[in-house]
Amino acid sequence: MDAAVLFFLSSGLFLGWSLGANDAANVFGTAVGTRMVRFATAAAICSVFVVLGAVISGGGAAHTLGKLGAVNAMGGSFMAAFAAAFAVYFMTKVGLPVSTTQAIVGGIIGWNLFSETRTDTGTLVTILGTWIVCPLLAAAIAALLFKATVYLLRVTKPHLLRADAYTRLGLILAGAFGAYSLGANNIANVMGVFVPASPFTDFKVLGLVTFSSTQQLFLIGALAIGVGVVTYSRAVMVTVGRSLMPLSPVAAWVAVVAHSLVLFLFASEGLERLLAENGLPTIPLVPVSSSQAVVGAVLGIGLVRGGRAIRWHVLGGIGAGWVLTPLIAGLICFVGLFFLQNVFNQQVYRPVPYVVSDQVLDRVAREGVSVAALGDLSGRTFASARQFRGALDKLSGLDADARAQVMIYAERADLFLDPAGFAGIDPLWLGKAQIEALARLAGRRYTHRWALAEALARQSEDWRLRPEIRINKTYNKELRRKLDWVFRNFQAEP
Amino acid sequence: MLPKTLGHAKNVPLFRRTKALENEIDAFLDKLSQAGLSFRRAVQIYLAEGATAEFEEKLSDVNTLESSADHLRRGIETQLYTQTLIPESRGDVLGLLENLDSVLNLFEGALWGFSIETPDIPEQFRGDFAVLADQAVNGVESIVLASRAFFRNIEAVADHMHKVMFYEKEADKVSTKLKRAIFASELPLAHKAHLRSFVEDIDNVADRAEDVADRLAIYTIKRTV
Repeated sequence: MDAAVLFFLSSGLFLGWSLGANDAANVFGTAVGTRMVRFATAAAICSVFVVLGAVISGGGAAHTLGKLGAVNAMGGSFMAAFAAAFAVYFMTKVGLPVSTTQAIVGGIIGWNLFSETRTDTGTLVTILGTWIVCPLLAAAIAALLFKATVYLLRVTKPHLLRADAYTRLGLILAGAFGAYSLGANNIANVMGVFVPASPFTDFKVLGLVTFSSTQQLFLIGALAIGVGVVTYSRAVMVTVGRSLMPLSPVAAWVAVVAHSLVLFLFASEGLERLLAENGLPTIPLVPVSSSQAVVGAVLGIGLVRGGRAIRWHVLGGIGAGWVLTPLIAGLICFVGLFFLQNVFNQQVYRPVPYVVSDQVLDRVAREGVSVAALGDLSGRTFASARQFRGALDKLSGLDADARAQVMIYAERADLFLDPAGFAGIDPLWLGKAQIEALARLAGRRYTHRWALAEALARQSEDWRLRPEIRINKTYNKELRRKLDWVFRNFQAEP
Repeated sequence: MLPKTLGHAKNVPLFRRTKALENEIDAFLDKLSQAGLSFRRAVQIYLAEGATAEFEEKLSDVNTLESSADHLRRGIETQLYTQTLIPESRGDVLGLLENLDSVLNLFEGALWGFSIETPDIPEQFRGDFAVLADQAVNGVESIVLASRAFFRNIEAVADHMHKVMFYEKEADKVSTKLKRAIFASELPLAHKAHLRSFVEDIDNVADRAEDVADRLAIYTIKRTV
């Protein structure tokens, strides 16, 4: 166990801690803010279910690296995670509910800028969409749900105490489910990049259940989230549940349920596939975030009650926090990487060269890109995405689409299907046909990821992407995840 | 969904404590209502026969009701706070219960007055005394109904509230009329003053019921916005 790895792991734990401190408010903020659930009770339930979610359901993400997987060196992941954690910590200190995912994306963009890697413009659009679309959807759903609940209460006329007891139970159940999915969905982002360097080994509990090293790592990360909830989440809870707008207990319940509904309806690929398989119209998936959803839900209830109770200056502060979070994370990451690389001599990124070889020219020609237009560049190698992009931009006769294609196919990778690497393949992760296909290619080298992917596709149907229609979306996503895993595992040592 | 299960959850152990507390609040309101009925009966007995054994029995009924209502109220208040129930309406419910309890104290105080001071009520005033006691008790009955509605059916609170106001006005009219008649009579001043204090004791019950109604109106608005 390398001491450096342990040190790098610390920023993952810091990220987990700040995630717990901030995101617990999304599921329990309204319950605590309305004093329906004591902070201590909420913190206890939340931590327990975060840990359960992370260890039980988060395990499914064991082979993916989470968002930080885009960063290709441990030092870089450390700094991106640290920057994100710090940005979220700062926002938590001020009591603002912000999106941890956006902080991580901000950190990655900082790394992209530093390492001269290209940033997908889709990422920025996603963040912007989350700030606007997600609160609007949540507000609409919360408003409808609030009206419906008030109507039902009027019809059923429960005793004041009975209504109180149901609402409290509802808040606790919704909070527990919310905490479970919080753990399941976020643990990969917190701990994913550290999985390949996990210092733990698998062991069996009572000879029955295997407790994998990944699960142990996730447990540690989840405990960090839990500690964040218990030690530092109160301020954000008060903002969500009381400062933004005084809520009634029923409104508190409506807010947290509406928030969960938005996450389920508009971000669930499982639901989309289920609808598609049954020939039903699907709900368009939009970028959503828990923090944005709960704030939107509270606003929706405020507006349906006339809007007088909403404290707009608090909302302004929250909005500013949303915009600042990725910016702060990006800035800290960029500056931090500079120090990490130049003062502490750590490798913070692996350079990704771009090469315009004959193989690449052939390949882009098949995509309909005019090879003649690339004339000057052929045979040349570029040290980074930025340099290659600069060279491409100078060419005339290539449209933006063609340039994007060339960027994808020219990216160089050193892949070696080392026969020694086959021992580590988890037969539950890759299918039998997939492993056999890999084995047939053992010993070969590839200089581009797409080349290996195409070679695998020729070997077995199980490595072929299906047509990009809705029903195949999950299948293709899963397959891409497996390909990513292959690229990572058979990366040749430089 | 929350309210759909309302009907089925009556026997769920999870809500047993809630159910018990609901029962205690109902029992408290029952005590107040019963104390009103005993008070009316006691005044009728006193007017007809004086401070007889039957009167004293009614007085002791009201005493018992008052102390058990006190006991219930304290238990309810403690539970509301220790279990942090109804955080939004807790203060209001406490205020309501304490004010209702003070109505009970007024019943008890007025009857003790009759028992200790045994006022001599001349025949010509007895009818109005009976009417006054009636209106006061009617007012209390209405505030009990309004309070029940506050817990069970918030929209029905208004149906009972206006009656409290009505009975208070009627009680005021009778008490003014009675006091005028007393002071216009040939009785000695000390006797007049003595009688007046009893008129006021009974009228106070109706006044206090109206005070409770005023507060309840605010609590109700708070819960419906």
